[in-house]
Amino acid sequence: MIEMKGVNKTYRVRRREAGLGNAVKSLFSRAYTEIPALRDMTFTIPDGQIVGYIGPNGAGKSTTVKILSGILRPDSGTCLADGLVPWEDRKRHVARLGVVFGQRSQLWWDVPVIDSFELLRDIYRVPEARYRENLDRLTELLDLADLLKTPARMLSLGQRMRCEIASALLHSPRLLFLDEPTIGLDAVSKLKVREFILEQNRQCGTTVILTTHDMQDVDALCSRVLLIGKGRLLLDGSTAEIRAMAGDNLSTEESVADLYRRFGI
Amino acid sequence: MKKYLTFFRIRLLAGLQYRAAALAGLSTQFVWGTMEVLIYRVLWREHPERFPMGPEALAAYIWLQQAFLSLFALWNWEWELIDSVKTGVVAYELTRPADLYGMWLVRTLATRLSRGLLRAAPVMVLGALIPAPWGLRLRVSPADFGLFLVSTCLMLLVVCAYNLLVCALTFHLTDPNGVMVVSVAAADLLGGAIVPLPFLPEGLRKFAELTPFGAMQNVPLRLFGGDLTGAAAYRAMGLQVFWAAVLIAVGYALLRAGLRRVSVAGG
Repeated sequence: MIEMKGVNKTYRVRRREAGLGNAVKSLFSRAYTEIPALRDMTFTIPDGQIVGYIGPNGAGKSTTVKILSGILRPDSGTCLADGLVPWEDRKRHVARLGVVFGQRSQLWWDVPVIDSFELLRDIYRVPEARYRENLDRLTELLDLADLLKTPARMLSLGQRMRCEIASALLHSPRLLFLDEPTIGLDAVSKLKVREFILEQNRQCGTTVILTTHDMQDVDALCSRVLLIGKGRLLLDGSTAEIRAMAGDNLSTEESVADLYRRFGI
Repeated sequence: MKKYLTFFRIRLLAGLQYRAAALAGLSTQFVWGTMEVLIYRVLWREHPERFPMGPEALAAYIWLQQAFLSLFALWNWEWELIDSVKTGVVAYELTRPADLYGMWLVRTLATRLSRGLLRAAPVMVLGALIPAPWGLRLRVSPADFGLFLVSTCLMLLVVCAYNLLVCALTFHLTDPNGVMVVSVAAADLLGGAIVPLPFLPEGLRKFAELTPFGAMQNVPLRLFGGDLTGAAAYRAMGLQVFWAAVLIAVGYALLRAGLRRVSVAGG
């Protein structure tokens, strides 16, 4: 179970106008703007749910995920994941957490995928029997058999993403964060990844938080949607409820776009 | 502990796959070593009385330096780590139940060892084929050779800790390039990369030996050639221990401070 209560986070960003004069001026006095990334963020996610966390670019999605992963500490507010404060009990918390950042890679670039897996096995201290079992299951479900001996740099994006997802699940985490896991994937790979996430959730009861811009992901996977904009939680409900709010038989994609406009975000 | 060993094994195996790079490095280092030896030979013929170290010790210094270049040289940065901080991939490392500094240290050590060991043997063999006194010979006693091995380990710690210090600084700077350039220039002169420290003017040499750069290749290379012995050897190794401890402590602190205020860039 994940509980977030009244979490605030503000970034300080340096700004200056274009041009040489302003560049010189900024050498002496710098102008900073405070950008509130999260404002009074509050929600609870029970075990075993697949939650879609959606919002336009810069809404604060990644910030939330980073706070929940213990990478960032918020300015104020409380957060508990299975009884642990992520940024304070970082090591214990992340031991039961799996993360996929779709735009980054956790596989070792120039060694075969299986080597990265074995390293993760040892980092997370997964017992050999359980590692075998997980690896066999993931290999079968994600169709990895031919990929494991290939260096990560030689994989296509879709192949790599399947390996990334597998590497986040080798230690049987109870909690899985997927940050745009289907970005850039072709139709076949997308379907495969979606199918797998559902399967993982059904079989192991893994709680999944999914951030994405792909509303078909949301339709296919999420029983619940959290819509955020400008750092605030705007809506908490099912995809059906979101479509109902927008009305006129719109698709989820159109409904969400309509809501973005309506909330002015 | 096991994770560090696995890390090490994988890095070592991965390092072995760069055959072309190893071959290129090998020939470069042999030619470079030969050139240096030729230059010193001319100088020796003209003014042997002005040499602060004998040709045998000098030859040992040069050949060993070339053989273990990627092990010893400060400029052998861990680019993957620096890039991971710059691009934010380091976020992944933070989602692991492991100490970041520890993982980084093992990683730099493993990279250096894999690159260094792969290339060392052939250059040493070639160096040993050069006729005396300008060839590579083992002339020190087993006890001194033991000191050389210990000092090499200490040197590795100092160099890796210095590398990690720059990686940790990357959290605080937009780009660590400036720090790197200055560090490499300082290490070239004060670390005995261009000419062995005994060739420097007295005052500069004494200063250089006290800096962290003087605690790098300077110590093991001179131990191997028999140029550094007795009390001076122990003093130099004591400084190595000191600098390794200081650099690790500062790097660790910088990394912690960096992580506390980290805002992982982008996405």
